Amino acid sequence: MINLTGVPILSIVTFFPLVGALFVACLNKDAAGNARWAALWVTLLTFAASLLIWINFDTGNPGFQFVETKAWLGPMKYKMGVDGISMLFVILTTFLMPICILASWESIDTRVREYMIAFLVLESLMIGVFCALDMVLFYLFFEAGLIPMFLIIGIWGGKRRVYASFKFFLYTLLGSVLMLLAMMAMYNHAGTTDIPTLMTTTFPPEMQKWLWLAFFASFAVKMPMWPLHTWLPDAHVEAPTGGSVILAAILLKMGGYGFLRFSLPMFPVASHDFAPLVFTMSVIAIIYTSLVALAQEDVKKLIAYSSVAHMGYVTLGIFTFTSQGIDGAIFQMLSHGIVSAALFLCVGVVYDRMHTREIAAYGGLVDRMPMYALCFMVFTMANVGLPGTSGFVGEFLTLLGAFKVNSSVAAFATVGVILSAAYALYLYRRMIFGALEKANLKDILDLNRREIAILAPLVILTVLFGVYPSALLDVTALSVKKLVQNYEMAVKTAELVVGR
Amino acid sequence: MKEMYQLASYGPVLPEIIVALGAMALLMIGAFMPVSCENCVQRNGLRVGWLSILLLAAALYFVVAPGGSAKTISLFEGAFIADGFARFMKILILIGAAASLLLSFDYLKSHKLMQFEYPVLVLLSVVGMMMMVSAGDLIALYLAMELQSLALYVLAAIRRDDVKSSEAGLKYFVLGALSSGMLLYGASLIYGFTGSTNFTVIAQVATASGAASNIGLIIGLVFLMVGLAFKIAAVPFHMWTPDVYEGAPTPVTAFFAAVPKLAAMALLVRVLSIGFPGGLVKWQQIIVFLSLASMIFGAFAAIGQTNIKRLIAYSSIANIGFALVGLAAANEEGVQGVLVYLAIYMAMTLGSFACILAMKRGDKEVEDISELAGLSQTNPSMAVILAALMFSLAGIPPLAGFFAKFYVFLAAVKAGLWPLAVLGVLASVVGAYYYLRVVKIMFFDEAKPAFAHVDRNVFLVMAASGLFVMLFIVAPSPIIDAAMAAARSLKP
Repeated sequence: MINLTGVPILSIVTFFPLVGALFVACLNKDAAGNARWAALWVTLLTFAASLLIWINFDTGNPGFQFVETKAWLGPMKYKMGVDGISMLFVILTTFLMPICILASWESIDTRVREYMIAFLVLESLMIGVFCALDMVLFYLFFEAGLIPMFLIIGIWGGKRRVYASFKFFLYTLLGSVLMLLAMMAMYNHAGTTDIPTLMTTTFPPEMQKWLWLAFFASFAVKMPMWPLHTWLPDAHVEAPTGGSVILAAILLKMGGYGFLRFSLPMFPVASHDFAPLVFTMSVIAIIYTSLVALAQEDVKKLIAYSSVAHMGYVTLGIFTFTSQGIDGAIFQMLSHGIVSAALFLCVGVVYDRMHTREIAAYGGLVDRMPMYALCFMVFTMANVGLPGTSGFVGEFLTLLGAFKVNSSVAAFATVGVILSAAYALYLYRRMIFGALEKANLKDILDLNRREIAILAPLVILTVLFGVYPSALLDVTALSVKKLVQNYEMAVKTAELVVGR
Repeated sequence: MKEMYQLASYGPVLPEIIVALGAMALLMIGAFMPVSCENCVQRNGLRVGWLSILLLAAALYFVVAPGGSAKTISLFEGAFIADGFARFMKILILIGAAASLLLSFDYLKSHKLMQFEYPVLVLLSVVGMMMMVSAGDLIALYLAMELQSLALYVLAAIRRDDVKSSEAGLKYFVLGALSSGMLLYGASLIYGFTGSTNFTVIAQVATASGAASNIGLIIGLVFLMVGLAFKIAAVPFHMWTPDVYEGAPTPVTAFFAAVPKLAAMALLVRVLSIGFPGGLVKWQQIIVFLSLASMIFGAFAAIGQTNIKRLIAYSSIANIGFALVGLAAANEEGVQGVLVYLAIYMAMTLGSFACILAMKRGDKEVEDISELAGLSQTNPSMAVILAALMFSLAGIPPLAGFFAKFYVFLAAVKAGLWPLAVLGVLASVVGAYYYLRVVKIMFFDEAKPAFAHVDRNVFLVMAASGLFVMLFIVAPSPIIDAAMAAARSLKP
């Protein structure tokens, strides 16, 4: 074990990709290979450095660790730190980044250098979101991520890329500006933008309501929750594979993370009052988008809608305010980060060969691509939530939490599990099984070494976290417990004051 | 009191004296320089131009190092005030003017317009602006504003043989004269009902009980504000902006957009916060209206524009709306927000115009936004800078424009102006659309032929402002703190 005392490890992990991006920018424009290798090494090194955080992470401490503070702008400080809730998201980000770079190795052949720069900048910003312990700093990272993602969708995307990129950008911005106003109001009230301090600040109940709604506007768009999800299918479908992976695996998690970092601890009373709203929206999301997914003809769109449904479990779990529910929600986010990323990568594999996302264009792939079929099956099962895969643990825990609080909500949500099995298996049948009839599929090749290198770690993790979930749950347990305790105390105090 | 008027006590006016005397000296030099050869006129003009930049630098030196006094000094019976606020604005004005002169050389040379009058006129308007931000009296206010306006009218029409430029000059002159008239009328009413032209004396009347029912004072104030609203081009007094911006030669437009607006805005801030402090006279609601109308109109009207100069014109209308949010808050944070906004706005505007000036194919300027298509492939550094400027204008972090909006809205939230704040941020989302469109054209569209080689001076301004908006986040404190100190100096 390496002693990290005095080493600003979070800043290093956060900004190393940015430095890498500057380095790539200095490379020769025509040497696409160099840009690829440089980006891969930068992301791998970042991943290695981030593992140091996990190794040195003290699971017995529910508070923030590796905290760094520097003066920046008056009351707004440069403050970074992670706790059990955020640490794993950092690792998820750094883990998926090299995979994304590898996935774009051959499919991106125009303006490779710019692509790598955009991805590295995006990585810095995403890690920053999960590490920031200052509200304004959080907002900076949160919003700045729009710029590289806008460019990634718009430059390297599909046919309707311009529409999708604008929709993505403006939709998200619209939600976020209201959050910014709420942050200003909080700063005026509390006189600080320090997140740990704000967590212990009690805002008046009436104010909490407005603040909660403003934050909700931002996070619900980002999640995305029904009915604010319409940007997601467009963005997912049009983005290049790497972009889809990042969108599904990490950008969506910022919404859930935001609920856990801001809404619950800072506005507990409002969260309590608005929980029925969130439940309703989550259940509608789970059932409605599952049904929509069932009807899709485009693979990426299907997976995009299934993401919305899965995020429904996350919001459901978070707003049960039980440790099971929240643990489950975090686990579900991490698991979805791996599984949806893997599914998009699987789509990317056949898309690179056939250049179509139509489900009907495939069929019988198992004959020619047995290895691909196997990987795809593991991820499909994880998407369905089969026991033994990581998808099961998250859904099970959130439903457990939901049953404790409201059994009818839980019952409706469980219907979603069946529906997810329906659309996922239907997709699998149509693409992988059946007779190999299409002439142009006759000589399709199975996974090459690069693709195996991409998918193998994901298969391993999907199964590993399915059979050994404690690896993740132990990390989150104490921080979640503290969050729940604080929430219960705040709600109890508020009830005493109001006298209800 | 006698010793007040000794020469040494004029130290605070030294920068203005330098620029004013320098302008006159340069006028003489320009007039008597030999014009024996064919290109001599242009060459002489260029020399005068560089000398003007030196002059501005000298003035800047005396503004920044005023013998160590950071106190508020009032001269000429209170007509001239040298305080932190004025100093902050003068630094901006001098830098802005110098940068716009740098931007203009290449353009003027290629259009055979590089006569020595151009820099001299810029200098004279700078004197006017410097006096505007220091004005502590209605008469000083008017004189200073007329000095800068008259110089600007001529500048707008400096391309004498061009119909559009002449039209711009005429429009600017007629509407400017109209606004001056209203301002003068308002000033005379205020004088009539308060018995003084001095802001601090006016303030005593305006804060006394019964001021709210002093109809003459209120009408005077409204006229004064309308006159100034013309100068800053706030909606509904904005209609001259797009035409003048489009018609005037591009470097002149750059100067118009970046500098005189700042001075007029500062003047508005000073008149309102010193002359009419407190809530008795409700100027706040007028500012709220101007601000909302400008933000919303600017955002929507810019969407349909295809000419980049008109786009920037509407964008500048919206920007003034955002700056007014800070003034509407009517608190110290608000003034700080306005100052931060103006500083960042100036850098962004100059950078954008540097990019517009670089849009040249062969010897011909192009102004259509679609001409930028594929710039990211033909000239990546310019594309990155312009994209950064556009994202910054849209207020997307981590660029400087975000901090500009952050501070004005922070002040509005503190003052409890929720409708203004909410509608303002929503307008900024609408505005983001057209800034994104520029980025889209540069990055997503098929490449058009490359632009001609970018002039060194233009590129210098472009790069400087690009770096400014990108790196502002690393060390924002100096500007933010200076603006805070400046805002504080407005408090009696």
